[in-house]
Amino acid sequence: MKRWPLTGPGLTYLTVFMVIPLGLVLSYAFLRRGRFGGVVDEPTTENFTRLADPLYADVVLHSTWIAALTTVLALLIGYPTAYVIAGLPRRRQTIALIAVVLPFWTSFLIRVYAWIVLLSGPGWLNKALRAIGLGPVDVLYTDAAVVTGLLYAYLPLMILPLYASLVRLDPQLREAAANLGAGPWTSFRTVTLPLTVPGILTGCLFVFVPSFGNFVIPELLGGGRSVLVGNLIRDQFLKARDWPFGSALALALLAVLMVLLLAQAWAARRYATR
Amino acid sequence: MRHRLLVKMPFWLTYVFLYAPVVVLVAMSFSAGRSPYAFEGFSLRWYGELAGDDEILHGLVNTLIVAAGSAALSTVLGTLLAVGAGHDRRSRLLDAVTLLPAVVPDLLLAIGLLVFYAAVQLTLGLHSVLLAHTVFGTAFVAALVRTRLAHTDPSLEEASRDLGATPLTTFVRITLPSLVPGVAAGALLAFTLSVDEFVIAFFTAAPTEPTLPVVVYSMVRFGVTPEINALATLLLAVSFTAVVAAQRLTRTTTRGAPEAIG
Repeated sequence: MKRWPLTGPGLTYLTVFMVIPLGLVLSYAFLRRGRFGGVVDEPTTENFTRLADPLYADVVLHSTWIAALTTVLALLIGYPTAYVIAGLPRRRQTIALIAVVLPFWTSFLIRVYAWIVLLSGPGWLNKALRAIGLGPVDVLYTDAAVVTGLLYAYLPLMILPLYASLVRLDPQLREAAANLGAGPWTSFRTVTLPLTVPGILTGCLFVFVPSFGNFVIPELLGGGRSVLVGNLIRDQFLKARDWPFGSALALALLAVLMVLLLAQAWAARRYATR
Repeated sequence: MRHRLLVKMPFWLTYVFLYAPVVVLVAMSFSAGRSPYAFEGFSLRWYGELAGDDEILHGLVNTLIVAAGSAALSTVLGTLLAVGAGHDRRSRLLDAVTLLPAVVPDLLLAIGLLVFYAAVQLTLGLHSVLLAHTVFGTAFVAALVRTRLAHTDPSLEEASRDLGATPLTTFVRITLPSLVPGVAAGALLAFTLSVDEFVIAFFTAAPTEPTLPVVVYSMVRFGVTPEINALATLLLAVSFTAVVAAQRLTRTTTRGAPEAIG
């Protein structure tokens, strides 16, 4: 059977509705903004020099920090969880995994909304704290709330790849380590951990990428006090109507992600060949 | 023993973390009062208010139109793509095509499409969201059907051809039936992803034709209302059913599914 009649429509569609739009964003970053939005056909690099402005550089740094913190926390919580799941009997593994993914399949916005109800002043977190005799905390509209929301939204994306790499481990390796006199901690550190590095890298990427470009969670849980790159890009397109600068910001975001993607691929290959 | 407890603790805490917000929302959806912070007696009041909320109903109808349309289009395009690549497991072009929408941040695709629609002077409406959602829908359908295809036996098709069947007959009678679970799972996934998609819809929908997530977003921005709790509970019930259905389908599709993730 010939291929092109089959793959043709799909490839054409993705070219028109994905490749060309992304190409437009790329080219708009090098043009001047029009007076009433849109762009003027005058090549310029000033959109990129504006990126160096401390005002915007700070936002990029702050976003990197928030996304990195979320990723590290997700790894610290996700690794032990995936470890326990991978050790369960087959049937319970499936149930435990579905239970991890299930909240992920409810509306994203409603999951964020739930944290407003939990974290706000008179909310359920403070009710729970009061019950055990601890003072009220003011978490909503802080960076802590943003990180909590991001963690909640993307934790399953950390657990799934970790589980996939843990479940593939040959149990004989750990037995061999134990037979050779390694304690549980030594065996974990020298056998399990190094062999699951590819899973760790994939999980970190899956959490970092959507956290970095997010604008919904910083807005709803950060209360606009915590501006991230995503918010900045959204505002350039929908409020300031400065499409060229918005495109330049989007490219900066993409550049950071590409560097991470390449670093991840490089590290994964290094570990695979060892 | 202490070591086991040390490992099991985070495991249970994870599930508490994942389900505490869900439990609060579901419980509060049956509260009679307006406050989301205190349970004031059992009532179905908020479900009633939800059913009478024209804005939400309008958003829901819009979402269903977009999801059904983009799922249908994605299923056709994605299945053809996967079949076109055939049993060739290492098709680099297809790898790139099916991976891109998963790697490119939704915000980037959203602004790209906004700019593109403006450039070709396409008026925003529901169709603009439908076309946009078909991008990632097609990629996911293609990925799922390919996984299914990798698990089918190419000798069946060869046998069919050897027995004198035309390529079309072979495709309709041998290839397609064996792909049905993968195609169905892909269609379901495309539909579910579209129903919940917010960022792209926010950028590409006409202000007069918002999808449900866009409506919820504007409600949440202007403060908490218990109607959202009722909506959350209903959505949870729907996604639960969909996930169980998809699980049934994919279980017959792929054994060793974890490999597909990592």
